[in-house]
Amino acid sequence: MSYIGIIITFVFINNFILTQFLGLCPFIGVSRKTDSAIGMGFAVIFVMSMASLATWAVYRLVLVPLNIEYLQTISFILIIAALVQLVEMVIIKISPPLYKALGIYLPLITTNCAVLGIALIAVRNDYNALESFVAGIAAGLGFLLAIVVMSTIRERLDREWVPKPFRGVPIAFITAGLMALAFMAFDKALLKNLLG
Amino acid sequence: MMYSDFSKGVFKENPIFIILLGLCPTLAVSTQVVNALGMGAGVIFVLLGSEIFVSLLKDFIPERIRIPSFIVIIASFVTVVDLVMQAYAPSLSRNLGVFVQLIVVNCIILGRAEAFASKRKLGESLLDALGMGVGFTLGLLLISAIREVFGSGTITLFAVGSFDGVIRIPGLSSQPARVLALAPGALLVIGFLKALFNWLEMRREAREAWAVATPPLVPVAAAAAASAAGATAAPEVGTATDAELSAGSPAPAEGGAS
Repeated sequence: MSYIGIIITFVFINNFILTQFLGLCPFIGVSRKTDSAIGMGFAVIFVMSMASLATWAVYRLVLVPLNIEYLQTISFILIIAALVQLVEMVIIKISPPLYKALGIYLPLITTNCAVLGIALIAVRNDYNALESFVAGIAAGLGFLLAIVVMSTIRERLDREWVPKPFRGVPIAFITAGLMALAFMAFDKALLKNLLG
Repeated sequence: MMYSDFSKGVFKENPIFIILLGLCPTLAVSTQVVNALGMGAGVIFVLLGSEIFVSLLKDFIPERIRIPSFIVIIASFVTVVDLVMQAYAPSLSRNLGVFVQLIVVNCIILGRAEAFASKRKLGESLLDALGMGVGFTLGLLLISAIREVFGSGTITLFAVGSFDGVIRIPGLSSQPARVLALAPGALLVIGFLKALFNWLEMRREAREAWAVATPPLVPVAAAAAASAAGATAAPEVGTATDAELSAGSPAPAEGGAS
């Protein structure tokens, strides 16, 4: 599949949140304010692209040659946890303002299913290094798109009257459901029309 | 070791609806009842295994590296589940796909290991794991039953002998509400279910507040309390029915809910 195809697939057609439900916890938890949603989105893009590249390397260069693919789950989750720590330390050194913006979201990302999800999906799809990296960025972009749109809707919703049992999380899920309905317009046929 | 260690996971702190953890693996596989059963079994096994191990090893794991250690324990059990499922239930394994491996990042498991098993004795942890696992399975089962019955008009179970495992519901299977079986349906169903549970909780609190405000057996006190709360005539006070509470939302009920 071409790189543009991968990008369109992971941003729109297989949007991680709205069609795969990966990364739903931070999506519901951090989407109250647009500022924090943007911060979270960029932190996720950063970690996902790094993680998909790192896990590709470990899988192809260590696990496959040694014939220990069954250690995939354990090694991937450890790589991601270590990577998040590393990213955190690097950002503190290089750019304190960026750390201020992203810092509190980084620990949350370790247990974000989306990061492990893209690593596992990239392996399942037999992507090469660059394809994995692009898929990681694209899936992160899809997360950013969904969480930013969601946060703007929720900021509006805060000022509307919502029936009491629906306030908070339930209305957030229903909003996400309606967004997912809209995203169903993006499907494989659209990809075919776009790329010929 | 107490029964409540088990039952709280099933009812009071049901992981899906009350604590709202572990949603990621829940929604994606909730298209068929059989998937919910498979995923539930996997989660129960991983929860049991990891809570037992964490509880046994809690005195040997240094405080600083406890989270990574817990993750390794959990990931090991997830790998076991994944390999066993591939070997003995290949079609289920194909259905659940990447979501079996994603049990490792299910917040319920790490959450219980950290919050419960790392502080309690083996027996308590065992019951806690069972309760949480069963509660998770029941919640997932409910969501997938709603989605499959209304979204496809079928109930898919395990195939046994000549029975192909699929129960078709007359009337629904020809014209199902397809959207419920698709991705948006999962989010809508969980949103409405959460609202329903919130509403039930509000109603229960309202009823408790009502009971406190109006001791039913002493008419004089009841009347006094009722007039103080600005409610209706005294004889009706002690016997608030469901219909009254849900339809009328009288004054004490509202006070209790807010």
